[in-house]
Amino acid sequence: MSELRGRLASWDSAIIGVTVLVLIGASIGVENFGNSSNFTFLILDLLPIALIALPMTMIVITGEIDLSVASTLGLTSAIMGDLWNRGLTIETIMPLCVLAGALLGAVNGFLINRLGLPSLAVTIGTLALYRGLALVVLGDAAVADFPWTYTGWVTGTIGGAVPNVLIILVVLAVIAGVVLHATPFGRSLFAIGANDQAARFSGINVTRTKFWLYVVSGAVAGLAGVLWTLRYSSARADNGAGLELAVVAAVLLGGVSIFGGKGSLWGVLSGVLLLAALQNALRLQDVSGQALNIVTGVLLIASVLLPNIITGTRNALQKRRLRAAVPAQSS
Amino acid sequence: MRIHSTRALAVATASLLTLGLAACGGTSKGDETGGAGPASTAQADPNAALKEGLKIAFLPKQLNNPYSDVLAGGGEVAVGELKGEYKLVGPNDAAASSQVSYINTLIQQQQDVIGIAANDPNAVCPSLNQARQAGIKIVSFDSDASKDCRDVFINQATTQGIGESLAKMANELAGGEGEIAILSATPNATNQNAWIKVVEAELQKPENSKLKLVKTVYGNDDDQKSFQEAQGLLQSYPNLKVIVSPTTVGIAAAARYVSSSNFKGKVAITGLGLPNQMREYVKDGTVSKFSLWVPSDIGYLAAYAGAALASGQITGAAGEKFTAGKLGEYTIAADGEIVLGPPTEFTAQNIDQFDF
Repeated sequence: MSELRGRLASWDSAIIGVTVLVLIGASIGVENFGNSSNFTFLILDLLPIALIALPMTMIVITGEIDLSVASTLGLTSAIMGDLWNRGLTIETIMPLCVLAGALLGAVNGFLINRLGLPSLAVTIGTLALYRGLALVVLGDAAVADFPWTYTGWVTGTIGGAVPNVLIILVVLAVIAGVVLHATPFGRSLFAIGANDQAARFSGINVTRTKFWLYVVSGAVAGLAGVLWTLRYSSARADNGAGLELAVVAAVLLGGVSIFGGKGSLWGVLSGVLLLAALQNALRLQDVSGQALNIVTGVLLIASVLLPNIITGTRNALQKRRLRAAVPAQSS
Repeated sequence: MRIHSTRALAVATASLLTLGLAACGGTSKGDETGGAGPASTAQADPNAALKEGLKIAFLPKQLNNPYSDVLAGGGEVAVGELKGEYKLVGPNDAAASSQVSYINTLIQQQQDVIGIAANDPNAVCPSLNQARQAGIKIVSFDSDASKDCRDVFINQATTQGIGESLAKMANELAGGEGEIAILSATPNATNQNAWIKVVEAELQKPENSKLKLVKTVYGNDDDQKSFQEAQGLLQSYPNLKVIVSPTTVGIAAAARYVSSSNFKGKVAITGLGLPNQMREYVKDGTVSKFSLWVPSDIGYLAAYAGAALASGQITGAAGEKFTAGKLGEYTIAADGEIVLGPPTEFTAQNIDQFDF
């Protein structure tokens, strides 16, 4: 167990270390990377990924997945545009969109936990379903005339240095971090991911816990949809298409095991920051989009491969040590 | 426990709704318009010299799209003539928001001019305005950004200009009288329908009074369907003199049918086509004339317009004039539009000068 914790800690610290190194390296080596307006752009680019990654981390830790998040974002964006066209106030629309996201998440939660269907299949289904519904709601139209008070706030900064939206991200990240790492509920998620039968027998209501994770995931995707729409001043049915892969990539890169039971929020947030910073720095160096995809792909494979190699080597070493130790004891 | 969490949900829902209701009297559609871009207060100096060493970046809808490549290629030639620094960047997908990160990067790199074909006229707006606040001139081409957030737009051709060109070629090829037909894309294709409307209006004019538009058919921009529709037209209207196809798929399919049939030489095919697709039919005599805007000229004009903006020759106001290298002098129309000009006509004489 301490072995396990040691390995985890090392992967987390490795990824945090790499992230810090990339940030320092890019600030020195890449012109214009380190200035404050680029920092704002960086935060705006990673915001939806980071937000959705918070509940995604918890879901993956329980051994499940939610691939419908980007479509939920798109559908809430479409709903937002439609309600705005119908003349509702923006202050009414925003909470309704978060609520809509929560309901969409509840549909996932119901199908997965009440009906016992596999989350991969269900959320691939709702990935297509929600995106389709988004097209039904808004078609291929775009709604753009959102009030400047809000669109300006989302892209704005405090004193030119701290992006406004960073406040939202920090508050939610702290809440998620405390819940995951410092509450019995958080510990129950690791227990479910490690062995859900054992978790059930030790009194954890597995079904309900997972159900609420999907509701939260949907609500956060809804919030991300609102922020996305305001950032780009554009409500469209195709907003955020493909974003779920960026989120899952960051979660895995951050050291969360796809089989559940292991991971930390700090690792994941580093993963998000690492991917975003690398892309930003490479773009500033005029590296083409295809090359950016290659970098992301290689990093992902490395993130899955390296821990396995480390564990494998460690196990082999341990076995050898044991074998060496056994005859010594018998003599 | 279950009751507990259900109640929690109910409370959460109620409080969200209350929040929403309490906010009634908040901001709704039409209350407040979006933040407009920085108003141009600068004065144009028509005699200002074009600056050298300008950093001019092109941001097409997506990279590795053959059409975008040709557009940007024209820009590269112009930037070379202007002794500037040319750069081509762009996303891999044409999603509405994927250009924004690239605009932000170009702001960081302190470019002088950004030429953009916007994937979404509004999604790029906030960052384009940030770029303008940083002193970067924005030239949209191919696909306009909202007019609040760019300085000028290079319009490849006006609807009127294309319609007139199509009617003029039909008249010439029919010898001033006879039956003509139109082979269009889909029945609800916005561009094609607008052009066809202009053609119909042109046919009302006295010089076209002897031309008769007998039918408009739709090949749905599908090669096989267009081929069959062309075949059908010639069977139904044996006296047909010209088929006008305002779509590159339609004109190529119609030309292919006619070149292999005994209508070759009797029926003229014209419309909007790509020289590379049409070359063999021009060479074998099936097609004597068709037209299209030259894509590389769009990028070329965009680069010159950007350089004129960055040098202070123009500010984007209507009526200002500037010279765009080999293309000659242009005047800015209302809303910062610069019209490339009437489409270029391609014939056996000039087709080999074009490769697109």
